[in-house]
Amino acid sequence: MSLQSKLESGKFAITCEVGPLKGTDITEIEENAGLLKDRVDAANVTDQQSSVMRLGSLVTSYICLQKGLEPIYQMTCRDRNRIALQSDLLSAWVLGIKNVLSITGDLPQLGDHPEAKPVYDLDSVTLLQTIGKLNSGTDINGNELQGKPSFFPGAVVKVESDTEASMELQIAKLERKVAAGARFIQTQAVYDAGSFAKFMKRVEKLKVPILAGVIPLKSAGMAKFMNKNVSGVFVPDELIQKMTDAPKEDREQTGIQICADLIKQLKPLCQGVHIMAIGWEKRVPAIIQAAGL
Amino acid sequence: MILSEQKPFEEILGYLEGEKSVFILGCNGCAQSSGSGGPVQVEEMKQKLEEAGKKVTGTKVIDFLCEKALVKSGLRSRVDEVAAADSILVMTCGIGIQAVAASVNKVVHPACNTVNLGGSRGEWPGSERCQECGQCLLDYTGGICPITACTKSLVSGACGGASNGKCELSPDRDCGWELIYNRLKAKNQLDKLKIFINPLDHNKLMARPEMMSTSRYALEQSDQEVKVE
Repeated sequence: MSLQSKLESGKFAITCEVGPLKGTDITEIEENAGLLKDRVDAANVTDQQSSVMRLGSLVTSYICLQKGLEPIYQMTCRDRNRIALQSDLLSAWVLGIKNVLSITGDLPQLGDHPEAKPVYDLDSVTLLQTIGKLNSGTDINGNELQGKPSFFPGAVVKVESDTEASMELQIAKLERKVAAGARFIQTQAVYDAGSFAKFMKRVEKLKVPILAGVIPLKSAGMAKFMNKNVSGVFVPDELIQKMTDAPKEDREQTGIQICADLIKQLKPLCQGVHIMAIGWEKRVPAIIQAAGL
Repeated sequence: MILSEQKPFEEILGYLEGEKSVFILGCNGCAQSSGSGGPVQVEEMKQKLEEAGKKVTGTKVIDFLCEKALVKSGLRSRVDEVAAADSILVMTCGIGIQAVAASVNKVVHPACNTVNLGGSRGEWPGSERCQECGQCLLDYTGGICPITACTKSLVSGACGGASNGKCELSPDRDCGWELIYNRLKAKNQLDKLKIFINPLDHNKLMARPEMMSTSRYALEQSDQEVKVE
């Protein structure tokens, strides 16, 4: 069952992430796709994640598709103007890619080509509007298409923020994303089911399927790093302590168990879970199993 | 204000390689405020170049080098000094350097890097910045420009990158959209966040011909090149 059918029929969906590597070796992507295809409903294929130049998300999405793993083609607005974005969307559809995730994209200064020209000709909202136009048979300027796609567009949101302004801007933008055509939402990593429940209450009226983001902890250091450096991620001290207390040989299992417990708490609150394993792709089946999904 | 900074002296000397003499031109506008090309820096540059064995035929500080008519009238009294030099070293922003290069039939060397145009074409006190997008969005954003206040120039609201009100680019830079949010809230205009804004029309970033046919523009065009030969 496709991600779209699953979400539209109200079933609980599981998505994960596949990150293209830097270079032309696709062995790992193919291995991960083979490993994940029957365990998840779809996998996000990241687009030059953290502004680090790598193999493209369009081609990697296609590889996943060929290996039987349904891709969610991530598109950032950082590197392409509206001509290139629309053209890549048409190309994606021709290749059989149906799910697209619209995101702004980190600044180039955060990656390995800090000298690069940032584009942001469109943004995450106007890209969603553009996908809607293509779906209706015209380009962004209303010129007719010969043959049109039927994408299933998605978007992202932060569940928690450190300022009132940031939180309110996230909600206001989420409303615009849904109005602009987003039909599913994946969230930034969540570590506190209570905060997530509050967030879900606020966005209930939007009537859009929301997949809670989770990132398995690999170590206490990783948790502290994310708290300091990743916007919208707040790992509670209690979980950091659990990771600190775990003996080295049990650390991996502890991380997987924390993640699985979290998924169990989040499941009744939302329509799916989005597991961002960040290098732990091969452990995703274990997380899913431990979570009882 | 247009912010500029002086290039490393070695780089400037490299430009002057093979030349014996130079005329130094500074700017009493933004370059003076930037500390990159005012009277003080021009005098310092003169001394350093002379120590490096260059002949400085003369110096002049004009307000403002971004204005070609002022460049031309300012240099009229110095035609002989300019003529005696192999080149002109211009200590100001990129706009001023180009204006001088377009006004005098002489080799022009830049002495500064332009750090930030700030959308300005001359004097502009304060921190507000305009990028001359030709489609002002200030009505939607509480009078704070999203094109210049947001590092990604986003028109549909904040990205997810800010932490503690600061941009993902640097903890020294405010998130432009959080500034906009706070301003809208203070003015009871939060409903503005529901409005969809179209992507910018990059055509409008270029000045239209009719906008250029002002008397000031005409005056600038009618002025002849300063002949120094």
